[in-house]
Amino acid sequence: MSADIWSWSYTLEILPILANAAIVTIEATLISFVIALVLGLVLAVLRMSGAVIGWFASAFVELVRSTPLLIQIFFIFFVLPRFGITLDAFTAGIIALSLHYGCYCSEVYRAGLEAVPRGQWEACTALNFSSWNTFKNIILPQAIPPIVPALGNYLVALFKDTPLLSAIAVAELVQTAKNLGSENFRYNEPMTIVGLTFLVLSLVSAAGIRWLEQRLNRRSVR
Amino acid sequence: MSATTNHPMVRFEGVTKRYGALTVLDDLNLEVGRGEKVAIIGPSGSGKTTVLRMLMTLERIDGGVIWVDGEPMTHMQKNGQMVPAEPKHLRRVRSKIGMVFQHFNLFPHMTALANCTEAPMTVLGLPRREAEERAAELLNMVGLGDKKGHYPAQLSGGQQQRVAIARALAMRPKIMLFDEVTSALDPELCGEVLQVIRKLGSEHDLTMLMVTHQMGFAKEFADRVCFFYQGKICEQGEPKELFTAPKNERTQQFLRAVLEAV
Ligand SMILES: Nc1ncnc2c1ncn2[C@@H]1O[C@H](COP(=O)(O)OP(=O)(O)OP(=O)(O)O)[C@@H](O)[C@H]1O
Ligand SMILES: [Mg+2]
Repeated sequence: MSADIWSWSYTLEILPILANAAIVTIEATLISFVIALVLGLVLAVLRMSGAVIGWFASAFVELVRSTPLLIQIFFIFFVLPRFGITLDAFTAGIIALSLHYGCYCSEVYRAGLEAVPRGQWEACTALNFSSWNTFKNIILPQAIPPIVPALGNYLVALFKDTPLLSAIAVAELVQTAKNLGSENFRYNEPMTIVGLTFLVLSLVSAAGIRWLEQRLNRRSVR
Repeated sequence: MSATTNHPMVRFEGVTKRYGALTVLDDLNLEVGRGEKVAIIGPSGSGKTTVLRMLMTLERIDGGVIWVDGEPMTHMQKNGQMVPAEPKHLRRVRSKIGMVFQHFNLFPHMTALANCTEAPMTVLGLPRREAEERAAELLNMVGLGDKKGHYPAQLSGGQQQRVAIARALAMRPKIMLFDEVTSALDPELCGEVLQVIRKLGSEHDLTMLMVTHQMGFAKEFADRVCFFYQGKICEQGEPKELFTAPKNERTQQFLRAVLEAV
């Protein structure tokens, strides 16, 4: 291969730097996704409760789902400081990603919860379960397994949205690749490596989700 | 709390239930004695299921009071006045009642044994070992001692319904409600479920209310039969009388229609 197109020495030089950036990307993905999973469930339960707070939760979800993630990132990083809330770029990015994907996850949870037959709730009343135990022991364990694939898709989508954090200079993969490129006037290697990293990690997560899905299905024989 | 007087186990006092403009039950009065077995029959839509669901607190009532074991369930005394029951009161009184549903409503993600131990452990706080012993006994009683580890999907309809009966009994209710528990079953599976209910009738001092379309079973098993028509008890009495010499014209019509269908 001509050194014009691909330089192995340059590749070796930037690999450790990109590996560090990959860790930032993976951290941002995992932290945001865990928060999104919890937030999504809370939002879904609030919305199904039918109380006034449920209405606010619905409005919030609509707002977040109807605006671009990039705007939300900018808003949290550049606008909130005007109101006295100053966050470092990484934290702001995590918050934006969690809120955004939390709202999408809440829709998935809602579908999952609504798919549990009413008879299950009624059996729990007849057995005198508290609402909390009904939800935790009976409803949730039935609602989750069918939505694992949909939640998994959002994990991969969130992962692929992390490059948006480069807009506020978080040192994740794409931002780092861009910097390396402009410093050395060589973009081929860093961008290719970053692209491949995304490809491999996406495929690995998809496989992981499929494994989890099968395991859950096996546990609750249907 | 539970007085020694001869109060009825269940008492509907002027109970009314509406869905919008539709009055499903109209000023219902019904008393069921301790250990009494009452069969509820009647045409579709006459309010039979609604009676059981109100008693199980699955439906709110729009008027009247339901009494259970001598105390009001739908209401409570507060400052000398009857006020609608708070959830805590409802839960306490409800613990005396168990229900078996037409479509079983077993927990699909739990084995037969776990279906029968979950509520005793989480609601009554029984230790696992004790809950499992009791559940195993009950599963034996319904003839499923060898199916403890099976999930509902691995059981036939009749077996699932028997697990559901064991699950309800594991909470030691004083009153058991059965809503057409054999209607979702193939005819050849009804017998095993009815057999279990027969056994309950003889072995336990349980009060039972059952909605059924199986006139033969009602006749042989029940102490009393109530014929519902358009949200009212149209006629009631001992099975022998009601089935052989119904007084009311509607009862006669209904029984004739049922017999012809067989
Ligand atoms: N959730 C509901 N909303 C509106 N109407 C209802 C509801 N549940 C029951 N009804 C109506 O109440 C009436 C009585 O219903 P119920 O289920 O008690 O009848 P049933 O005697 O059990 O009939 P079946 O023999 O068909 O089971 C029916 O007219 C039914 O349509
Ligand atoms: Mg019915």
